[in-house]
Amino acid sequence: MSRTWVTPGGVHPPENKHQSVTQPIGQLPIPEKLIIPLSQHIGAPATPCVEIGQQVLKGQVIAEATGMVSIPMHAPSSGTISAIEHRPIAHASGMLAPCIEITTDGADTWIEHQGISDYEHISPRKLIEMVGNAGISGMGGAGFPSAVKLNPGRQRPIDTLIVNATECEPYITADDSAIRERAGEIVEGIKILSAILDHPHHIMIGIEDNKPEAIEALAPHVEGTGISVVVFPTKYPSGGEKQLIYILTGKELPAGKLPADEGMVCINIGTTYAIKRAIIDGEPLISRVTTVTGDAVGIQRNYDTLIGTPVSHLLSHNQFDEQAGGRVVMGGPMMGFTLPSADVPIVKTTNCILAPSYSEIPDDEPAQPCIRCGMCAEACPVSLLPQQLFWYAQAQEHDRLEAHNLFDCIECGACSYVCPSNIPLVQYYRAAKGEIRQAREEKVKSDHARERFEFHKERIEQAEREKEAKRVARREATQQAKADHLAATANGATNAPATAAPSGAVPSSSAADIIAAAQARAAAKQASPEDQRAKLERTIASAEQRLKMAEEKLAEAINSDTGKQDKLSAVVENTRQKLEQSKFKLAELTE
Amino acid sequence: MIELIAQNPIIAALVALVGLSIVFGGLLGFAAEKFKVEGDPIVEQIDELLPQTQCGQCGFPGCRPYAESIANGDVINKCPPGGQATINALANLLGVPAPELDAEHGEESEVRTVAFIREEECIGCTKCIQACPVDAILGAAKLMHTVIADECTGCDLCVEPCPVDCIDMLPVAETIADWKWSIPAKPGQMIATDRRGEVSPTVHNEDAA
Repeated sequence: MSRTWVTPGGVHPPENKHQSVTQPIGQLPIPEKLIIPLSQHIGAPATPCVEIGQQVLKGQVIAEATGMVSIPMHAPSSGTISAIEHRPIAHASGMLAPCIEITTDGADTWIEHQGISDYEHISPRKLIEMVGNAGISGMGGAGFPSAVKLNPGRQRPIDTLIVNATECEPYITADDSAIRERAGEIVEGIKILSAILDHPHHIMIGIEDNKPEAIEALAPHVEGTGISVVVFPTKYPSGGEKQLIYILTGKELPAGKLPADEGMVCINIGTTYAIKRAIIDGEPLISRVTTVTGDAVGIQRNYDTLIGTPVSHLLSHNQFDEQAGGRVVMGGPMMGFTLPSADVPIVKTTNCILAPSYSEIPDDEPAQPCIRCGMCAEACPVSLLPQQLFWYAQAQEHDRLEAHNLFDCIECGACSYVCPSNIPLVQYYRAAKGEIRQAREEKVKSDHARERFEFHKERIEQAEREKEAKRVARREATQQAKADHLAATANGATNAPATAAPSGAVPSSSAADIIAAAQARAAAKQASPEDQRAKLERTIASAEQRLKMAEEKLAEAINSDTGKQDKLSAVVENTRQKLEQSKFKLAELTE
Repeated sequence: MIELIAQNPIIAALVALVGLSIVFGGLLGFAAEKFKVEGDPIVEQIDELLPQTQCGQCGFPGCRPYAESIANGDVINKCPPGGQATINALANLLGVPAPELDAEHGEESEVRTVAFIREEECIGCTKCIQACPVDAILGAAKLMHTVIADECTGCDLCVEPCPVDCIDMLPVAETIADWKWSIPAKPGQMIATDRRGEVSPTVHNEDAA
C-alpha cells in the first residue's frame, strides 16, 4: 500500500452511512414530469434546441452547449416537451432558473445510439469530444464540465490521475454503492481516462477506510492495470480536491492553482462511470446514483435516478413522513443546503437527498458570542483562522479577510461543527465572499464609468474649444471687414458702379463669407487700370453701336413719320451721353 | 569681523541662524522643485473610492470634482449612491470619524437602478443624450432613443430633462448568478427560549427517531 499524508484539522462526525447501503441500488418508476435545468454545471447555461410540444426520445439532445465552458442537456426519458420556462431549482437562494419540462410517455424509448469499444485506437481529442457531447460534468460537487478538465493545451503533461472515491460526508453512500455494484465499469472508465490523458504514471483511487466492501469490489478489477487503490483513515473533509491531493501525494496545491497546473487531474468516481457509459455504450449522462436517507424517510437506499426527477417523487416513493422532519436537504449534513421546496429537480451534482428527523439533526441552536476557544482553528483543514475571519466578516473588513486568505476556505463546515457557541461560521464566510466578489465587480464597473465620464468630458470640452475657435475667427473677420469697409469708403466712393459680380466669390450664409465676398467685390472694383480701361473700351464700343442703331431707327421714324421721333431722339440722346461719359472716364484713366 | 562675532554672542547667534535658514531654505526650495508631485495623489485615492455614478447629488459636476473638494476639506457624507460603505471607506482613508449620510443630498438606495426609456413615447429630442454623463444613451434627433443598460450608472440625470417623461428608473433584478448569502444575525442577540416562540415553532417528534 502506498504512503499517505495526513491533512491538518478535520472532524469525525457520526457517519450514518450504514442505513442506506442495506439494499442494492434501486430503480424508481419514471416520474410523470422531468424538469431539466439548463444550468447544472459551472459555466454558461445550455441553449434549448427543442420546442414546446415536440416529441423527444430518451437520450436526445434538448439543449446545446453554449460556448467552450458549457455542456449539452439530454432528455432523460422519452416524452413531450411541455414547458420551457423559469422553475425553482436546487439553489440555496430559492430563485427560479430556466428549465425544460418533459412530460414522459412511460415508454422510455431510446434514441439510436452507439458506443465504441476500441477506444485505445481513437484519438484523445475525439474521446474528449464524446465526453463533452454526452453532457458530462463533475458529479462530485462543483459540476465542472469534464471535457474542459480533460482538454489538453496545458503547459505540462498530466503525470497523476486521481480518482476521488473518498465520499467523506456523512450519510452519503452514492459512490460507495456504485463501486460495490459497478466496479468493473468504473475501472473501465478510469482506463478510458488514462487513454485520454496519455497514460499518466500514477493512477490512484483515493478511498476512505470506512468502505471495506467497495475496496474489496475494486481489488479484482484493478489487478494488473497499474491502478492503485489508496486507502486512508476516515476523516472529514478528506474528499476536498486539495485535501485528497495532499493525502495521496503530499503536495500542497498553491492557492489559486488548479491541479492541472501541477500535472494532476482529480476526477470523481461517479464521473468515471458516466464516461464509461458515454464512450463504450454511447449513452449521455441522463441518470446518476442518488442516496435517499434520513430518519424522516421510511426506506433509505440508493437509486439510479433520472436527472430532472423532482425531489418530491423520490420522497413520496420512500414513505417520507412530513411530520417527522420539517426540511429536506440536498447534499450531506455538512455542506448541503435546505431545499426551498420539494418540487426542485435532481441535477447532475445531486448525490444525496437527506430528510432528517428533528431529533436526528435538530434545528440550529441560537448562536452565542464567540469565546475565542480556538477549536475552529484546530478543526480547519486549510489551516485558516476561522475566528479571525468571523470577526472580520462581522466588521465587513474586506481587505483583512483577503489577507487572512478567506478565498482558500472550502466551506466544509468543520469549524461550525466544532463551535461550542453554535456560530454559523460558514454562512459568514459565504456572505463575506459574496460581498467581496460584488465589491470587485462594482470596482470594475465604476472604473469603467469613470473612463466613460472622462471621455465624455473630453468630448464636450473639445466641442467647446472648436466652437470658441470659430467664434474668435468670426470676430477677427468682422473686424477686418470693418476696417476694409472704412478704407473702401475713404478712397473708392467715386469708382465705377459694380456691374459684374466677382466670379471668385462663393455664396455662403455665414456672415464671415458675406463680408469676404464684399471685400472681394471691393477689391475687384479697384482692379488694375488695364482691366478698367479694357472694360471702359468695351462699354464705349457697345455704346457706339447702340447709338448707331438708335440713330438709324430715328432716321427711319422721321422718314415714315410714326410719331415715335420724340421717344427715339431721347434714347439717342441718352446713349450719346453715356458714350461721352465713358469716353471721359477713359480719358481720365489714361491720364 | 571674526573678532566682532567672537565677542558678541548675539551677533554670532544671529549669523548662525541666518546662515542655517538660508541653507535649509535653499534645500527645501530645491526639493520642492525637484520632487514636485503633479496633481494631488489624495484626490486620486478619494476618486477611487467614490462610486463614479457622476450623478452630481453631492453638488459637484461629477465624482472627481467632489474628490477634489474633499481633499480641500469638504465633508465626506454627501454621496448617496455610495452610501455608508463609501463614507466608511473615505473616513478610513482620511483618518476621520465616519459621519452619517447627509440626508440633504439624498437617501441611500437599497437597490441599484438603471434608466429605461419607454420607446413608443420617446419623441427623439436628444435632451437625455446630452444629460447622460457616461454616454450610455443611444439615439439621434427625431429618432427613438434607448439606454445601454450595462453602461448606465443609475444617476438619474436623464429623467428630469425629458419633456415627455418617458424615462423610468427601474431596479436591477437579482439573478441566481449574482445572488449572495446574507450575513447571519449577530450571535448572542436572541436567547434560545425567545427563538422557539418566535421563529417556526418546532414540533419535536421523538418517536420518529
